[in-house]
Amino acid sequence: MAPTMTYRQALHDTLRAELLRDEDVFLMGEEIGVFEGSYKITAGLLNEFGPRRVRDTPIAEEGFVGMAFGAAMLGLRPVVEIMTINFSILAMDQILNHGAKIYGMFGGQTPVPMVLRTPGGGGQQLAATHSQNLEVWYAHIPGLKVVTPSTPADAKGLLTTSIRDNDPVIFIENLALYNTKGEVPPGDHTVEIGRATITKEGTDITLVGYSRMAVVARDVALRLEQEEGICAEVVDLRSLRPLDRTTVVNSVRKTGRAVIIEEDWLSYGVGAELAATIAEGAFDYLDAPVRRVAQAEVPLPYAKSLERAALPGATPLLNVIHETLDAVNFRR
Amino acid sequence: MAVETAPPDVGLDEAPETLLGYYREMLLIRRFEERSSEMYQRAKIGGYCHLNLGEEATVTGLMAGLQPRDYLFTNYREHGYALARGQSPGAVMAELFGRETGVSKGRGGSMHLFDVKTRLLGGYAIIGGQIPLATGAALAISYRGGDEVVMCQMGDGTTNIGSFHECLNMASIWDLPVVYVVVNNLLGMGTKVEWASAEPELYKRAAAYRMVGERVDGLDVLAVRDATRRHVERARAEQRPSLLEAVSYRLRGHSVVDPAKYRSQEDVERARLHDPIGLFARKLSDAGLLDETTAAKLDAEVQQEVTAAVAFADSSPEPDPSTLFAYTYATPVANEHRQMPGDPVVSG
Repeated sequence: MAPTMTYRQALHDTLRAELLRDEDVFLMGEEIGVFEGSYKITAGLLNEFGPRRVRDTPIAEEGFVGMAFGAAMLGLRPVVEIMTINFSILAMDQILNHGAKIYGMFGGQTPVPMVLRTPGGGGQQLAATHSQNLEVWYAHIPGLKVVTPSTPADAKGLLTTSIRDNDPVIFIENLALYNTKGEVPPGDHTVEIGRATITKEGTDITLVGYSRMAVVARDVALRLEQEEGICAEVVDLRSLRPLDRTTVVNSVRKTGRAVIIEEDWLSYGVGAELAATIAEGAFDYLDAPVRRVAQAEVPLPYAKSLERAALPGATPLLNVIHETLDAVNFRR
Repeated sequence: MAVETAPPDVGLDEAPETLLGYYREMLLIRRFEERSSEMYQRAKIGGYCHLNLGEEATVTGLMAGLQPRDYLFTNYREHGYALARGQSPGAVMAELFGRETGVSKGRGGSMHLFDVKTRLLGGYAIIGGQIPLATGAALAISYRGGDEVVMCQMGDGTTNIGSFHECLNMASIWDLPVVYVVVNNLLGMGTKVEWASAEPELYKRAAAYRMVGERVDGLDVLAVRDATRRHVERARAEQRPSLLEAVSYRLRGHSVVDPAKYRSQEDVERARLHDPIGLFARKLSDAGLLDETTAAKLDAEVQQEVTAAVAFADSSPEPDPSTLFAYTYATPVANEHRQMPGDPVVSG
């Protein structure tokens, strides 16, 4: 049986394994060395690999993210940690206007093998500027790859693939996932970028999520089956760019119903993209309108009562699933 | 840290062919840029087009001080740098024309010249964008213990953007082999340096990052070359960054379409009198190295070279739309989005 470990440990062990495997891999970021990382993903790595491989940076996101792209242009494989996704916006010019463009705009002369790791997500009472889910900003941009692992196994598999990939990969973690546990395949484990996975098979309705909401969707699906005999299928997107539309559409063609859950705000989000995809690819198979469960569109407040109300989760998802099933012709 | 200032003049105690080589290169840039302007007016070149007219001594001097193994990152006013770095005028003109034979295969255009062979790692058109990239290239060299140097060229207006300060700071604390070059042509589009910068003597900003800063006369090709050598070889030997400011002057507007109405008549007249090519020609002529016959012969040669470049560009094929997605990703990936406008998002 594969060993069980936390999402945090899976990330840590993968970084360590890749540092050992390839001398061109190095880490950069704020407080990743002496302080061992704000969320301790890089704990112990400075001691083991030294300051050349594990580089603490000044507070200068645009500068050091751009430097990682520049170092990648000369063939190194930098893995940058941005303390939270909210701070990655300071590096947006480098990510959007340079990192994402260098390979294509210069006619394929220089690949940019760089990984930017950063956690997003709310629910920690960190208030409006520290609780965002901005992955859609990155998922919108051709030239980037965007991955959003939801389990320790995928954290390992996707991080390994991302570091070995020759393109810039935005690797989105989630604060609330760091302590979650799961089995992780030992040895060299990779997960293909651009492929969704079905984490629970079903026939009655398709639930789609990514990152923490993929976990919520699966938990809800298991409960529904146990308590109500409803058999939901759960698709974990795993990658937002490229987006595996085929897996989603095929699932909905089978079930005839779809609910998408995302931690991000509703408008213009992943759910909107998927709803349009389903409308186009599974229109004739739909028995009910596609629904979305997403965050209330406010700057996320600090107060626990307000934060809890604004964030999506199992309760609104269950309600929407019931509404969707009740919409037309569903017999339990 | 003390700032250096270059000696006011530099002699001509050099091999005549080297000096005439600089003259010819400056002339090539001049004629290439004049023809670029003409091709732009004739709609052979699209987008924006920024010229090095008036900056030929700065460009030639900077490139003469850089070794072939060194790396160069520039801003979007970079045609001359590509030529001086040894790229063929035909491939550069073809890029301006948007042809498959262009240095960036027609994907970049005037502002985005790139050539991995001559180590010009890009013209960048978002102000300040090249600074982190160049600094990161220097980090890679340092990481590997290499002896190459990175030159990062930028305009005067760039010294006010955040990445300038972030990266000069990091280059200094990490001892990186990078030379930051500010081509101060006194105007950021229509904004005078002294309106935009609290310290208009831009080289002095180096002091805040404990690195050497120097200002050099950008109209004097030999002064620029010698200053560049000092900075590049310091970076190589001592693994230290530095800042070199070349005070230059552009003869025309910000881009081809800019009539430069913000410029006073005296300004324009002064620029004409201080044309770097005329200044260098007089110097060579005074030293007995250049006469009218040689000057005319060199001019005819470069004119012919530019004419051939235009012909090459004009006869080159445009990129085939079937190659639209060829360079989106270096590593192929499942489910890559390759829909053309109007295509269904899911097939079958």
